[in-house]
Amino acid sequence: MTSFLGTDTIIEVTYLVATALFILSLKWMSSPTTARHGVWAGELGMLLAVAGTLLNRGIVDYKWVAIALVLGTIIGVPLGKVQMTAVPQRTALSHAFGALCVTLVGTAEFYLRAPDVPKFMMSVLSMEVILGSLTFTGSLMAAGKLQEILPQRPITFKGQNLVNLGMMVVAVGVAVILVIHPDRMYLFPAILAIPLLFGVMMIIPIGGADMPTVISLLNSYAGLSAAAMGFVLNSKLLIVAGALDGASGLILSVNMSKAMNRSFSNVLFGAFGQEAAAAKGGKEERPVRSATPEEAAGILAVASKVVIVPGYGMAVAQAQHKVRELYDILTKKGIDVKFGIHPVAGRMPGHMNVLLAEADIPYDKLLDMDEINGDFPQTDVALIIGANDVTNPAARTDSASPIFGMPILDVDKARTVMVIKRSMGAGFAGIENPLYYLDKTLMLFGDAKSFVGSIVRELSGGGSHG
Amino acid sequence: MKMDLITSLYVFMLAAFIGLEVIRRVSPLLHTPLMSLTNALDAIAVVGAIILAGEHKSTLSTVLGTIAIVAATSNVVGGFFITDRMLKMFKASAKPKP
Repeated sequence: MTSFLGTDTIIEVTYLVATALFILSLKWMSSPTTARHGVWAGELGMLLAVAGTLLNRGIVDYKWVAIALVLGTIIGVPLGKVQMTAVPQRTALSHAFGALCVTLVGTAEFYLRAPDVPKFMMSVLSMEVILGSLTFTGSLMAAGKLQEILPQRPITFKGQNLVNLGMMVVAVGVAVILVIHPDRMYLFPAILAIPLLFGVMMIIPIGGADMPTVISLLNSYAGLSAAAMGFVLNSKLLIVAGALDGASGLILSVNMSKAMNRSFSNVLFGAFGQEAAAAKGGKEERPVRSATPEEAAGILAVASKVVIVPGYGMAVAQAQHKVRELYDILTKKGIDVKFGIHPVAGRMPGHMNVLLAEADIPYDKLLDMDEINGDFPQTDVALIIGANDVTNPAARTDSASPIFGMPILDVDKARTVMVIKRSMGAGFAGIENPLYYLDKTLMLFGDAKSFVGSIVRELSGGGSHG
Repeated sequence: MKMDLITSLYVFMLAAFIGLEVIRRVSPLLHTPLMSLTNALDAIAVVGAIILAGEHKSTLSTVLGTIAIVAATSNVVGGFFITDRMLKMFKASAKPKP
């Protein structure tokens, strides 16, 4: 008996220590200097918890466990090696895997316990399975769109929100019936199937620019479903991990919806996507000033303070390494170069920072919107690469604009604005950007990578003469 | 059972508050690695799957548990791996040594 007690105590202690390590792990993420300790703490916690679990005397057969652990590792390693540009779809895919695990365990638990499931147990089990399955298909759809396997164009139809809402009402209704009558086992597949379909329907109307919000929201759902699983299994460790993940996803979703100027409830009910394709309006031909790489290089060379504003277009053009060269050469000339990063730049929260860090740009030069906006009035040149709507001053001034109220980077307050852009075509949301018609704005037409490359060549040529 | 439930609700509530406070302090700089890290931590669900597959109570539970272990383990391994890869890339400006 005592040895049994001993084992149980050891297992519980490993879980307790793992819980503490998980919290420390996230605490250390607060600063880039300690963040890697966070990963190590997380790894140690995970190792302890898994090792502790393997001691569980309920386990009679290790064969399948071992095979599954090996198989999971074989799949996990390549998923850890993807390119930095592919991190958003990898993240979406991992939300899908997490949700799959939770859903499968929930399903198995139901059929092991049914028809005798206590009311509370059945409530959390339903929550686990509903959240898990909608997160599973939703995340797969998001990953497919990001990987461009599925059409990225948002698909909308009349009454879409009503249909989606109706599905969720039915799913919750069925769950309530199951809570009251857990013996009606034939109903259980419905709370799997309806949310699975809902997950697909939820992502259909989503376009690329909404992805950061959607991924954060799915992250939150994945966390909450895991916490629900913790209630079902009475595992405090899992409840804590799920609550932490859910909280993290929630904070990121709120951040993203603020940055997109959408109300959080709007996001929560999946009612995002474009609301009635932004007013296109008659395309009037207005004069713009354009400049060559030589001219751009000339202006940059005499600047003392430059802010570069990168957007997803920079990542698409794979221009980040050329941008680093530009950063190096300007910094060497004694010019103060910083990067201004909008929260929704890229395809997931913080994506732009990772891409720039990969290109070896020091992280203390990467400033978020609130930190950099005060700097623009003292900035000589704001150089915009592959960003559009997040720099659109109409968001501040034009109450008729679809993006009115969205917080933007105040690039128009800089002395000179340069915009690298392929053509005058409107941005993602199809909204005209009055920034391009300002007297202080120079349009640099061309591919981001080659244009920045030309500027770098000009600047280094000038440097060697002097 | 009733006590377990109440304790669990307390644990959930406290963890949610800790999560909100701790994560609010994470710099936006690190939001991408934050998401991959929390995702890896979330895959602690693997412990539930291990017990399910190992207990061998029914064929269904063993099969579902085994698939669940594969899914969660790939998140653990891939999640920690890519988070560390990303964090390694974040370097501060070279400062003159004092």
